[in-house]
Amino acid sequence: MTASNPAVGRPAGPKPSLRRRGSRGSILADHAATVALWGTGVLVLVILGAIILHFALAAWGVVSPSFILGDPSRTTLGGVLPILWNSIYILVLTMLIAVPLGILAGIYMSEYAGDNIATTAIRFAEESISSVPSIVVGLFGLILFVDDFHWGFSALGGSLALTFFNLPLMTRLAEQALRAVPQEERSASLALGATKWQTIRHVVLPLAIPGLITGVILTAGRVFGEAAVLLFTSGVGTPQHYNFLNFDLTSVASPWSPFRPATTLSVYIWNLNSEGLGAFKTQIIDGSAAILIAIVLIFNLGARFIGRVLTRRLTAA
Amino acid sequence: MNTGDEMPTTVAYPEPVLRPIEVTTSQAGADEFAARTQDVKISTDRVSILYGEKVAVRDVSLTIQERSIMALIGPSGSGKSTFLRCFNRMNDLIPGASVKGEVCLDGENVMETDVSVVELRRRVGMVFQRPNPFPMSIFENVAYGPRRRGQNDRRKLDELVETSLKRAALWDEVKDDLRRKSGLALSGGQQQRLCIARAIAIKPEIILMDEPASALDPIATARIEDLILDLKKEFTIVIVTHNMQQAARISDQTAFFYIGELVEFGATRKIFTNPSQKRTEDYVSGRFG
Amino acid sequence: MAQMATADRLTGLRARPGLLERIDVPRRVMFVAAASMIAIVALLMGFIAWQGIQLFVKDGVSVGQILSTTWQPDPENGATNYGLLPFITATVLVTAVALLISTPLSVGLALFLSEVAPQWARAIVQPALEIFVGIPSVVWGWLGITTLVPFLAHTFHDPISLSLPIVGQVFSMPGFFFGYSWLAGSLVLSIMVLPTITSVSYDAFRAVPQELRTGSLALGTTRWQMIRHLLLPAALSGVLTAVVLGMTRAAGEALAVQMVIGNAPIMPEAITQPLTTLTSQITLDMGNTTFGSPWQDALWTMSLVLLIISVTSVVLVRVINKRRLGA
Repeated sequence: MTASNPAVGRPAGPKPSLRRRGSRGSILADHAATVALWGTGVLVLVILGAIILHFALAAWGVVSPSFILGDPSRTTLGGVLPILWNSIYILVLTMLIAVPLGILAGIYMSEYAGDNIATTAIRFAEESISSVPSIVVGLFGLILFVDDFHWGFSALGGSLALTFFNLPLMTRLAEQALRAVPQEERSASLALGATKWQTIRHVVLPLAIPGLITGVILTAGRVFGEAAVLLFTSGVGTPQHYNFLNFDLTSVASPWSPFRPATTLSVYIWNLNSEGLGAFKTQIIDGSAAILIAIVLIFNLGARFIGRVLTRRLTAA
Repeated sequence: MNTGDEMPTTVAYPEPVLRPIEVTTSQAGADEFAARTQDVKISTDRVSILYGEKVAVRDVSLTIQERSIMALIGPSGSGKSTFLRCFNRMNDLIPGASVKGEVCLDGENVMETDVSVVELRRRVGMVFQRPNPFPMSIFENVAYGPRRRGQNDRRKLDELVETSLKRAALWDEVKDDLRRKSGLALSGGQQQRLCIARAIAIKPEIILMDEPASALDPIATARIEDLILDLKKEFTIVIVTHNMQQAARISDQTAFFYIGELVEFGATRKIFTNPSQKRTEDYVSGRFG
Repeated sequence: MAQMATADRLTGLRARPGLLERIDVPRRVMFVAAASMIAIVALLMGFIAWQGIQLFVKDGVSVGQILSTTWQPDPENGATNYGLLPFITATVLVTAVALLISTPLSVGLALFLSEVAPQWARAIVQPALEIFVGIPSVVWGWLGITTLVPFLAHTFHDPISLSLPIVGQVFSMPGFFFGYSWLAGSLVLSIMVLPTITSVSYDAFRAVPQELRTGSLALGTTRWQMIRHLLLPAALSGVLTAVVLGMTRAAGEALAVQMVIGNAPIMPEAITQPLTTLTSQITLDMGNTTFGSPWQDALWTMSLVLLIISVTSVVLVRVINKRRLGA
């Protein structure tokens, strides 16, 4: 008997029909839940869209070349360039310290860390710093760099405090990037007689580069917007005119010196809001906030884009 | 896409043997089967299942008798598990999967859009390849289905859990710490019987089993097989198995699948001793697969 | 000969590695990098604890006074009293209301992403959430000031009360007046912690094996029944962890809260009134006090309280997760 088609069946007599909804209540609850859960997703998009639109409109007519490049000493609209410069300066300084340190720590946690007390302690420290409020990290910087080291408010002190605050994040992202490299790649290299360090250096690290770059950019995004850590370490002030030709690193007036106070964009917004007077306060904050949001968007999309491009290039090669 | 067919078995069950398989269904049993050729419970008509463009099952038509055991056999990737899942429309959960043709349960086509899958799955229970007890007590595992149907009467639930566990031959082993012990704390074989009890507790008419013993050791497998034979008195059972001896031991009818097609189906005795197709003969005698 | 060769090879294998290899410089360097986090935490805790106890040790303020409700730190205004209770209570309440708003929303969003959303919807919502994470806290604060605060001030300016016939007045509270308030702080915080709670609970839901979902659906439950009775209980410890992490973030957030909460150091009574949290008071006063003065020491004590809150939450998360592994 091969496949035949005796499509005979018992008529759906006394049996409950499949079309009968078992319990109307539970089906209704299911539909309601589905709608509600979709609602949360839509809500997030609406809020984000509204925020971006809000700042786009607020920045309209405010952000212009003169808003950035204008003379900060005049009480008109503009001249945030020195502030923007400080933000970038502190970002670069922080990343110069945090990225190598974070990647080294990430390699240790991914490749070497055994199941021992040291590892447990490092993990605990990692989680602890992540949960310490940023303002407390800022206060720690205040005691250590401003008072004990007698640096006063300085870009370097701010960068070090930011490094403390973001090291766990950088470490975790680096560790994840390295762990994502398949174990077989390591085994293959070790089987060829390479030492552990050679394996990491020549096999694991190159494969982890897309993940590492994404991690660096995400960390950079957080460093760029942080204000509470910097409030009491790199200082609060207003834009001042910088002479970019002054390369004397020991001079407080040089924009290149790590030992000068440096107000960043986020801190500037906070300060304007708390103490700022003047007719243009709202416009300046709106414009600065719009610049911050734009940079955050660039960091985010950039991390995504570069990660994708590098992954494709690596997997194609 | 994993159709469930590709899952490697974790336990080395004796491999399909090269000698002709001894069919244990006695002549008397076969006669009894013939005598009670009762109603057709399930019939399918030209069922095809596609994953996107890829055809996993092509034009399968067969019938399954009430209170019998139908075994679906065939090599990996033959589409038997995929086919099994169309009886309770579990294929609906796989993105991109589509089913054509008719699957009739008591003459009613379950594929129609106004059929309530919730109601369908309450009448067609399922036991999976890997035991999947919920992370809760044994009692709550069995009571899970009935509770979701609104059964909250304590006494009735107690009774239902007890009869279901007894029916699944697990009661004696677990009755002492029913509410304290987690379903995850049981052994593999016990977990699978718990899953059977859980399926029985919603009082289905049909139980689908997707290689229910493939992850178990031989002793646990034997217990499950005994249990399945016993369950036949009440339920219609469709079982997918890799293991031809198992099919021979427990099923009344066997359907042989090969690369998405139903090669032939019929009484188990006939399939294993006198198949009408060359491919079936090759497979059951262990020449491939 | 053959024996000799074997022996040679054996000694070769057993040869002591060179000095450089034995020291394994890379490993040591990387260990120092990782262990630097221990040093940072130890230093941070040590310094903050030391500064935080000065109020008791040096200034002789009693613990009882810390737990009183009056904040009068300025000696020029008469007798000082360093009651921190208003700040502690406000921090707890502002955080609690923020979590009450944010938790259902975030867990719902996590469920949407893990259970409901098709691939394309996930591909839109997840990047959106990442942008949320990246928005600086001063920007959230400024958004609160320019949109939320005026809205509250306009819409609910006057006292709010609800009266029913027969029963009479059920409740009443002062209006928002200027809009800077406990509720404004909680609302801003609720959006800021949303990505944290969402992503951690999302991971918890993804960690529940797929077989359990199919097991439930095969029993004829609806998807919502599966979520409600199987998924949520199975992922409970993960969701709790998410809420604790959200709580930590909310309690420690400084600038956004300070910008919208109104900064009134009083005991909380109504959700419409201005308050001050620990973080916002530190932010406001730290720059205006002299180092070593009792006033500033009180601020250090506040940061010690914050530190204790965050360390407690780390321990709490560990306990929650240990219980999950134990079960």
